Amino acid sequence: MLVVGIIEMSLAYRIIPRLDIKGPNLVKGVHLEGLRVLGKPEDFAKYYYEQGADELFYQDVVASLYGRNSLHELISKTAKVIFIPLTIGGGIRTIDDIKNALRSGADKVSINTSAIENPDLIKNASKVFGKSTIVVAIEAIKQPDGHYLAFTDNGRNYTGREVTKWAKNAEELGAGEIVLTSVDREGTGLGFDAELIKKVIEVVSIPVVVHGGAGKLEHLTQIFNNRAEISGVSIASILHYDYIKKYKNLDGYESEGNIDFLKSSKSMSRIHSTNLINIKEHLISKNINCRVVHDN
Amino acid sequence: MIAIIDYHMGNLFSVKNALEYLGIDSEITSDVAKIMTAKGAVLPGVGAFAEAIKHLKSLDLIQPIRYFIDSGKPFMGICLGFHLLFTESEEFEVARGMDILQGKVESFSKHVKSKRIPHVGWNRILKNNNVSKETSFIDPFKNINDDEYMYFVHSFCVNPDNEDIIATETEYDSFTFCSSVLKGNVFASQFHPEKSGEKGLKILKNFFTTGGLKKENGV
Repeated sequence: MLVVGIIEMSLAYRIIPRLDIKGPNLVKGVHLEGLRVLGKPEDFAKYYYEQGADELFYQDVVASLYGRNSLHELISKTAKVIFIPLTIGGGIRTIDDIKNALRSGADKVSINTSAIENPDLIKNASKVFGKSTIVVAIEAIKQPDGHYLAFTDNGRNYTGREVTKWAKNAEELGAGEIVLTSVDREGTGLGFDAELIKKVIEVVSIPVVVHGGAGKLEHLTQIFNNRAEISGVSIASILHYDYIKKYKNLDGYESEGNIDFLKSSKSMSRIHSTNLINIKEHLISKNINCRVVHDN
Repeated sequence: MIAIIDYHMGNLFSVKNALEYLGIDSEITSDVAKIMTAKGAVLPGVGAFAEAIKHLKSLDLIQPIRYFIDSGKPFMGICLGFHLLFTESEEFEVARGMDILQGKVESFSKHVKSKRIPHVGWNRILKNNNVSKETSFIDPFKNINDDEYMYFVHSFCVNPDNEDIIATETEYDSFTFCSSVLKGNVFASQFHPEKSGEKGLKILKNFFTTGGLKKENGV
């Protein structure tokens, strides 16, 4: 065996930009609702790739309302210029849906509603495509009694399923990974829900990526330091608003939905936007292992 | 043309996209004649080992893959395509592999106790600098740093009988495993070069442009 040097030889924490897609546009909401148009997803994706994103996550937020063709075009455009893993979520209901997403160039699919309604889909899909292709997305909302329940349809649909039980069940069915969203924190910039995260990582042994609430660098360092067992974070606002500040472009995309926000140049007061290079430099300065891209 | 061998397992398109981006002509195919006349070949794959071997058998691809490798043209295996080259796998039940390289595919859970499985994400590769000089005419790691990050996603790992073919190693939960092998014209990796950003693309480019040419020129 070879001699391992002084460099840290362990798996890097993943920083995964999440892009919510509505038709041809990148959108962003709060608590997964009140969507605002931010721009063209492919422009954001390319920029994040060049800055060292570890994966990309595309969530089709209105999958059931629109045709899927525009999404498949977007995936295929993205996969031709971006060579990191790409996960697609939203409206995946059948083995054929998964096949089509992979054919377009996705590497993994993220399933929420259909996983809960039809658990056999997870079981069959992980056999056909390998468990590493199948991500189960859990949208959690804290109840007044302190329990966390899993919701579907961007936090709108009550399922009555208890989050930790469902997470454990998803693992048994063959999920290769869990993306855990705190709907309560999503888009707010208030920080991650550490209690929710702790509950879930304690009951599963597959990787868990956490999403919802990141508003500043300290939120990331906190969550990696406190909960070293998480595999990565999925972040949106903090990156999107930084990109918009730099490259605000109101032309050239179909103005579908609410673009007043984009025109107004305002940003959320609680979001201290920054880019991936700064995020990773900051994490490394705090001894948190992550991958940086550098030229040589 | 580089043949991307289609045996109905997992994602072939990302390899195609990566080669296209590099300006390397490629085709996804299970046609034996096309594979045999290709300048190089890739065996990609995501999924279950036993299922994959069944597909390779029913498509009559195992013998052609052997002949292709014997011809000396560059041949790359990725992830499941790396596992299939070896003798046997203990995934679910013990299944025989192609036995082109000797060794076993083992469950990660035997060795990794305190970390999450699958091993998903970016981890470092540590080069064995002796391997390329002694056993191969191709260096896929030309201009790649010794501790570069590559993208991994797997629950099984390869334990080759012959340690001299180990091109890189990687560590997870204090367990060091073989993350790629290089033997003559065969390079196979646990990580996904087609999903490992610009560095991964460089590996593909090194292997399929300089590798093939060297052989043809008799270097």
